[in-house]
Amino acid sequence: MKHLLSAADLGYDDAILILDTAKQLAAATEQGVGKLPPLRGRTVVNLFYEDSTRTRISFEAAAKRLSADVINFSAKGSSVSKGESLKDTALTLEAMGADAVVIRHNSSGAPHRLANAGWISGGVVNAGDGTHEHPTQALLDAFTLRNHLRNGDGDLKGVNVTIVGDVLHSRVARSNVLLLNTLGAKVRLVAPPTLLPYGIEDWDCEVSYDLDASLEGSDAVMMLRVQRERMNAAYFPNAHEYSSRYGLNVTRMNRLAESAIVMHPGPMNRGMEISADVADSDRSVIVEQVANGVSVRMAVLYLILGGSESK
Amino acid sequence: MTSYVIKDVAILDGKPTDIVIKDGVIAEIGNGLSADQTIDGSGCVALPGLVDLHTHLREPGREDAETVLSGSRAAAMGGFTAIHAMANTNPVADTAGVVEQVWRLGQAAGLVDVRPVGAVTMGLEGTALAELGAMADSAAAVRVFSDDGKCVHDAALMRRALEYVKAFDGVVAQHAQEPRLTEGAQMNEGVVSGKLGLAGWPAVAEEAIIARDVLLAHHVGSRLHICHLSTAGSVEIIRWAKSRGINVTAEVTPHHLYFTDEVVETYDPIFKVNPPLRTKADVEAVRAGLADGTINIVATDHAPHPSEDKDCEWTAAAFGMTGLESALSVVFETMVQTGLMNWAAVADRMSVAPAQIGRVSSQGQPIAVGSPANLVIFDPRVSQEVDARKTVSASRNTPYAGRTLPGKVVATFYRGTPTVLNGELNA
Repeated sequence: MKHLLSAADLGYDDAILILDTAKQLAAATEQGVGKLPPLRGRTVVNLFYEDSTRTRISFEAAAKRLSADVINFSAKGSSVSKGESLKDTALTLEAMGADAVVIRHNSSGAPHRLANAGWISGGVVNAGDGTHEHPTQALLDAFTLRNHLRNGDGDLKGVNVTIVGDVLHSRVARSNVLLLNTLGAKVRLVAPPTLLPYGIEDWDCEVSYDLDASLEGSDAVMMLRVQRERMNAAYFPNAHEYSSRYGLNVTRMNRLAESAIVMHPGPMNRGMEISADVADSDRSVIVEQVANGVSVRMAVLYLILGGSESK
Repeated sequence: MTSYVIKDVAILDGKPTDIVIKDGVIAEIGNGLSADQTIDGSGCVALPGLVDLHTHLREPGREDAETVLSGSRAAAMGGFTAIHAMANTNPVADTAGVVEQVWRLGQAAGLVDVRPVGAVTMGLEGTALAELGAMADSAAAVRVFSDDGKCVHDAALMRRALEYVKAFDGVVAQHAQEPRLTEGAQMNEGVVSGKLGLAGWPAVAEEAIIARDVLLAHHVGSRLHICHLSTAGSVEIIRWAKSRGINVTAEVTPHHLYFTDEVVETYDPIFKVNPPLRTKADVEAVRAGLADGTINIVATDHAPHPSEDKDCEWTAAAFGMTGLESALSVVFETMVQTGLMNWAAVADRMSVAPAQIGRVSSQGQPIAVGSPANLVIFDPRVSQEVDARKTVSASRNTPYAGRTLPGKVVATFYRGTPTVLNGELNA
């Protein structure tokens, strides 16, 4: 694995290898051995053009736990704010010897460009690009699902995952549909028709406009963040109507199967797509998702930077 | 003036013959002719010099991307003898002064007829009419008016423009793009845009404007031209309008005949263009529409950009691609090699019809004794890999880079003088 740009890049074996590696790395970390040595002397650059707390910190923690040197490069307070192009920034990082670049960018496809335009030679990890993809989020979601529903082993065959909310603008949804299908899960997307992409009928998933009709049979419900400013663009009338039709509240949660879990990639709009009671309930695995994110990102960096199990 | 004979060349779909060019006109056609200089035309096709109704020359304002001279050279290399310079320069070509400046620069370059297009509205802002009559009466004698790059979206203003230009036999060339439906749009709205997470530019945003404007043109009895038509639905609307006798003409670009939106999966902004590359069904529809004459002409929408505007991430990149140098080869591959059109149809769509729409009197004439010697000699037997570094245009944003296109312009004659000879620029 040279880059991780899209969840579509991951075949079944690749995905299982990442999840199994993440499991081993998580176990090693829990044993309290401190930093693991495999990436000593390697440099990982976190190149973040968008504000992000959890993803940047998660990647930073992952790289440091593998003993890599980490450079954080944020668009604010750098030459990017003076108008430097992505190309020139990339050339600079290349000259400084970056072995891998973790990029978050508001332009869909920017990681793809960074990896393929001939600007740099190191590996590229997509940490979220525009409204395109967020493959490590999908990996940590799969890891979390596997831990809860498949005892932390194998794939997700037969698991029913319902993803609810702003699919149109969601890189999390795109990556999850691809990866969860690869792992054998069945995905259902639930959203108002305005927040579904054109051509959704060609995606490998079910689509529904009705959350209430979609709860039964779901093994997991993943709520997507809905930005309040979307209502100004007439995607829905107002926050209250959105919340009443597509928000996950306690009444809806109680209709889920006993074993079903509730997920959210964060940051949450409590009271909008998810009620506070649901977010803080026993069903919620949201905090666990964050912890798993570090393990999964350790696995990705390890495999991309020439870990011994890499192909 | 040197006289030339082109030996054994096929005039359109005809049998090989000789053509003598002397004193700016076609002097003789027949067998066994001679002249001062001989050009071997065996295996080649002679077409009337190509006329482009839609070229961006970038001068004044962005001379780093293209100038009237560099664009004229690129045009000659592509077999063109007349081009229409779009109005979205800086300053905008919305006054007699600016169109005369462009026209004079074209005269000075002297490689093709440079016909300036005048803006429909002041500053392309879509709020007040530009001085259409003054531009028509100027030395540039503007007949084509367009806010290209932007749509004249105000229906009342569009109606007035259509009416007003009747006074001097002008035509409004509409860039059909409903602005609210295309805010932030990056590519065709379809399966591919959904997958790539790029904001979509729906076909309906083009079709809704075309439908409105053919009805407006019908209502006021005006001539209307549609720029860079790109969707199957647009072809249907034009076909319907023509069946009703509405005086509308339409153009398609070479790149909309050639590419589908699937190339955007590379995220390479070389493929970023407005209107966007569409689906396979759309490509088939515009090819069929061009073949049956529903779409009247091919126009390049040659849109040069410096490399920094393309060597970047997709959303930061500029819209547009160059097209003058590759247009004839692309039409050959997509329309002639596919059996959809013969050379007579190519001559009509790329020379005769655009000259009529633009009211360019000395262009688009039949290859006959006495006609102005505006000619292109095209060798369909060779093919060449496009090398962006070797373009004549000042910009290198050709989407065909690395691809092999069939055919090659061997010679271009402009008013009896070769601007291209032996496949090389002769200027």
